[in-house]
Amino acid sequence: MTNADFILTADNITKSFGGVHALKGASIGMRRGEITALIGDNGAGKSTLVRCLSGIHRPDTGTITLDGEDVTFETPNLARQHGIETVHQNLALVEELAVWQNFFLGRELTKGAGPFRTLDRKKMKSTANDLLNNLSVNAPAVTSKVRRLSGGQRQAVAIARAAGWGSKIVIMDEPTAALGVQETARVENVINTLRDSGVAVLLISHNFEQVMRLSDHIWVMRAGLAVAERRSSETSGDELVALITGAKAA
Amino acid sequence: MTKIEAERPPTIVSSVVTQARQISFWAENAAPIGLVALVIVFSILSPSFLTLGNIRAMLVAAAILVVLAIAQAFVITTGGIDLSISATMTVGAIGFGMSWQAGYGFVLSAVIAILSASLIGLVNGLLIAKGKVTDFIATLGTLSVATGLALIVSNGKPIAVSSPELLVLTSGSLGIFGYPIILAAIIGIAAWFVMFRTRFGLHVQAVGGNEESAIANGISATKVRMAVYLIAATLAGIAALLLVARVGAAEPAINTQYLLNSIAAVVLGGVSLTGGKAKIVGPIIGALLLTALTNGLTLLGVSQFYQPLAVGLVVVLAALLTRFQKK
Repeated sequence: MTNADFILTADNITKSFGGVHALKGASIGMRRGEITALIGDNGAGKSTLVRCLSGIHRPDTGTITLDGEDVTFETPNLARQHGIETVHQNLALVEELAVWQNFFLGRELTKGAGPFRTLDRKKMKSTANDLLNNLSVNAPAVTSKVRRLSGGQRQAVAIARAAGWGSKIVIMDEPTAALGVQETARVENVINTLRDSGVAVLLISHNFEQVMRLSDHIWVMRAGLAVAERRSSETSGDELVALITGAKAA
Repeated sequence: MTKIEAERPPTIVSSVVTQARQISFWAENAAPIGLVALVIVFSILSPSFLTLGNIRAMLVAAAILVVLAIAQAFVITTGGIDLSISATMTVGAIGFGMSWQAGYGFVLSAVIAILSASLIGLVNGLLIAKGKVTDFIATLGTLSVATGLALIVSNGKPIAVSSPELLVLTSGSLGIFGYPIILAAIIGIAAWFVMFRTRFGLHVQAVGGNEESAIANGISATKVRMAVYLIAATLAGIAALLLVARVGAAEPAINTQYLLNSIAAVVLGGVSLTGGKAKIVGPIIGALLLTALTNGLTLLGVSQFYQPLAVGLVVVLAALLTRFQKK
């Protein structure tokens, strides 16, 4: 997989925890401007693979290629610096803080110099507002506390934050798992908007209908390997189930 | 926001919400309302309470507690607690006394006082942030260690200090505002600025609000925790100067009352002990309230024995009220 279409490829990734071989040489690729879905049963190795891509785990062996460049991420911050943002299931938001504060958490904009540097509140608020409104129709006010937001709004904030740093790739772990029907639809809109803006999205989901609705390409994982790939337009939910359970060979 | 509220059924629920809003108003502003109420009651009961002389005395007396409450507020915002704060102040006071006795002069002695206090904060920070010892246990330990050190170094005897600079600090004033309360006010403004206008302050709130999320966003919770205990101890060192100035001596006393009142002031100020909700003005008003309470009771001739009782009741009431704060 050295096609220039691929923004990210992971080749032969292995990762063990003690005696448990979570990844046994998994390989996947993500194309530019596409939503790539990663599906598989619990324990198939999806989370471990995603954690390798976002810098939480270091692969034991294997290579990750980003934009044609060999990369390894020692920390999540390094992965971020390379343009890979992850929206974790817990969203990593601080409920007591306002939306704009969460948006810039850890990367605050400041003005002034030296010990007199102060938060550039005005700029942070307007930037957060713009990014959020570009992505989401139901955007909350940036000055409201995250505690007061609905689940979908929180998800939108977390996604907009991830996308807001000129990221090339946004990884989403079960973005709608905890949401109702309406909120799910809103978040799916957000994800589509993100894809249309040129960001490559890696979507981890248990929801086949959602995967079929949203993704362009699907990777199926089983027992630590990526056992199959399909274009979403050329497969069906039944086939995916068969691939996941191993009833159908790749 | 309006969307969410519109989705609520506008029946019994909304009327309860309106009522809760009213209670929450009282809960949010417990400290200022309590202070005003106390002032009204005491000025009715005692004609000398609202005299300029007494106001000036109260403000001077409140200065130490104000500084300690600000110090405690930083720690409590991260969800921690500093039980060693008054013992740290004692260490600072003894540090000043010993240096003064050794003839180091005011400035150097003051620097040594603040440094020796911040050393305790450094130990607290290392134990809690790096050693992952529970804040309660760690600072309980340093409370005892610091008290012991102060006793050992001073040989258990108070050190008389007759520094002209401290005399100016304790007796000088601008109008009714004595220098101690002015110093405390400057520290309060600086603390507010740091907490609400700098990256560091935002990180303090983030770590207190949700440590896991803060770390996931690249904030070092370890550094933030180290910093808040260091800040608290440094402020306790400054409070030590005010204490020595007020007493006229550096005493190896435990000063438990200051410890309890510093936590009480923060609770009165509406800060949740679970962390994440930062307030600076609230704890300052809380400190003023506790001082006014003690002062008023003394003026009324109430036995000193009743003062801890009164303080305790006020704090417990305030803690009950905070349950009704807006989430």
